[in-house]
Amino acid sequence: MNAGLIELSYIVAAILFIFGLKMMSSPATARKGNFVSFVGMLIAIVATFLYLPQLAEAKLGTVTDLHYDWIAYGMIAGTIIGLLAARLIAMTSMPEMVALLNGFGGISSLLVGWAVYQYDVVATIAIKNSTSADTLTLATIFLSVLIGGVTFSGSLIAWAKLKEVIGGKPTVFPGQHILNILLVAGAVTCAVMITKDPTADIANYLFWGAIGISVVLGVFAVIPIGGADMPVVISLMNSYSGLAACAAGFVVKNNILIVSGALVGASGVILTVIMCKAMNRSLSNVLFSGFGGASSSGGKAVEGEAKAASPEDAYYVLESASSVVFVPGYGLAVAQAQHVARELGELLEENGAEVSYAIHPVAGRMPGHMNVLLAEANVSYDQLIEMDDINPNIENIDVAIVVGANDVVNPAARDDETSPIYGMPIINVDKARTVYVLKRGMGMGFAGIQNPLFFKENTRMIFGDAKGTIQSLVDEFKN
Amino acid sequence: MDNQVIYLLFILALSIFLGFEIISKVPSTLHTPLMSGSNAISGITLVGAIIAAGTSGGDQTTLILATLAVTFATINVVGGYMVTDRMLGMFKKKGSGGNK
Repeated sequence: MNAGLIELSYIVAAILFIFGLKMMSSPATARKGNFVSFVGMLIAIVATFLYLPQLAEAKLGTVTDLHYDWIAYGMIAGTIIGLLAARLIAMTSMPEMVALLNGFGGISSLLVGWAVYQYDVVATIAIKNSTSADTLTLATIFLSVLIGGVTFSGSLIAWAKLKEVIGGKPTVFPGQHILNILLVAGAVTCAVMITKDPTADIANYLFWGAIGISVVLGVFAVIPIGGADMPVVISLMNSYSGLAACAAGFVVKNNILIVSGALVGASGVILTVIMCKAMNRSLSNVLFSGFGGASSSGGKAVEGEAKAASPEDAYYVLESASSVVFVPGYGLAVAQAQHVARELGELLEENGAEVSYAIHPVAGRMPGHMNVLLAEANVSYDQLIEMDDINPNIENIDVAIVVGANDVVNPAARDDETSPIYGMPIINVDKARTVYVLKRGMGMGFAGIQNPLFFKENTRMIFGDAKGTIQSLVDEFKN
Repeated sequence: MDNQVIYLLFILALSIFLGFEIISKVPSTLHTPLMSGSNAISGITLVGAIIAAGTSGGDQTTLILATLAVTFATINVVGGYMVTDRMLGMFKKKGSGGNK
């Protein structure tokens, strides 16, 4: 097929990706947008198959074997695994799934870089004693391998933390930063030495060394980050997987990889920034400080007594409430309470109350985590309210029910300048007329600080499993 | 630097700006599907992997590496699009039809 036509189909694919992402700006069009983007992907893949004979001829001189069989096996295996994973995964495990997918994106970019290195450098030198790869190609191969490797191992560690295969606590040891700097320096040294003389005997070892360093670096980059900071890590890894695809695009000199990789890279960066802002912390604070490791000592001591209430008490208040807002946090996912929460919401609506769900940007373990869970439980998406939209009206809310959230509703972040989380935007539930906090006990949140909300005049604690508590409220309403 | 690289860098720069423009309009409600969907797009590495495998000539090691890349990238593409579709299928407005 004509090379111009191929480039043209890549442009079409790029346009479809852009339209697809654009349609993601509303829940009403998002699903179609995803399909549009998928069509773009199919076009790019088909065009690439049609392009292969020409690419092979340009590179190898002759077209003998394009290895369609191998490519097909790889794609069939990948399709089966991808289909199974996408169908079987539980919605509560979505953060783990996305972390793994990020990792797979990273490893495939690493492998593309490695494969091109293997052919252009190792195999070519073995035959001709010289390499066809210029300095620029070698440099982009390194970028592809480094970013890909960091994305791969970093995402696997994030996955393990989310899945609680390893502890969610940050792992910090002395000299960590120096070690990381040394690793980066080591990788760059390997890259520079190979680029200078790819024909040297030691070149292969240096290359393997660079791969090893990139993987180790990914591990060290993520272990000092605590479990509840995973939204930032996943966003960042998402961005890296895009950048890795971009780098792979420079390796094989293909514009569709660069466009798509840049789109994904930008997307990840934006999400990372949003997450950091929503915690009022800088990216470097999230990445390097080991936040949440020990209980922080800052913040004023809270005076007063937390008042407990029973579900029956809450029922009488809820029954007469005309507006109720649920504020979910990671505890909702842990307790799997999204379905009963929706059921209670519906009962309250039948009772004449206006019901909404206010979601803090960092609630849960990944951006938008709570929204997906509530959507799964059949909560209408126009009831999902963002923090900035609920706060101006919160004084008019009769009852706020906090389900498994803590730091994101901590008024100390607003009022107490000595608090370690001071400045973090919160959902001002304490300004609602009555607040019920569903919690197992008086334990502290991820930030390890006291929550003055629990001691407020208008706050009642309902201790116990969130799912059980909501269930008993549902039962009260039904009787 | 040859012209091709300049051209690719040009595309890169424009795409980054475009990406920032489009993505910043996505509401936080959809951030999870946005991630998994953009993740599927980053599976575009598949194109690179196919090229690497198809142009590997007789070198077996290259072919194996590239085929592995094809497999992982395909998981990314298929898994990413499917799971995004599954999630977005759950986002419903009241009164807009039953459960699909």
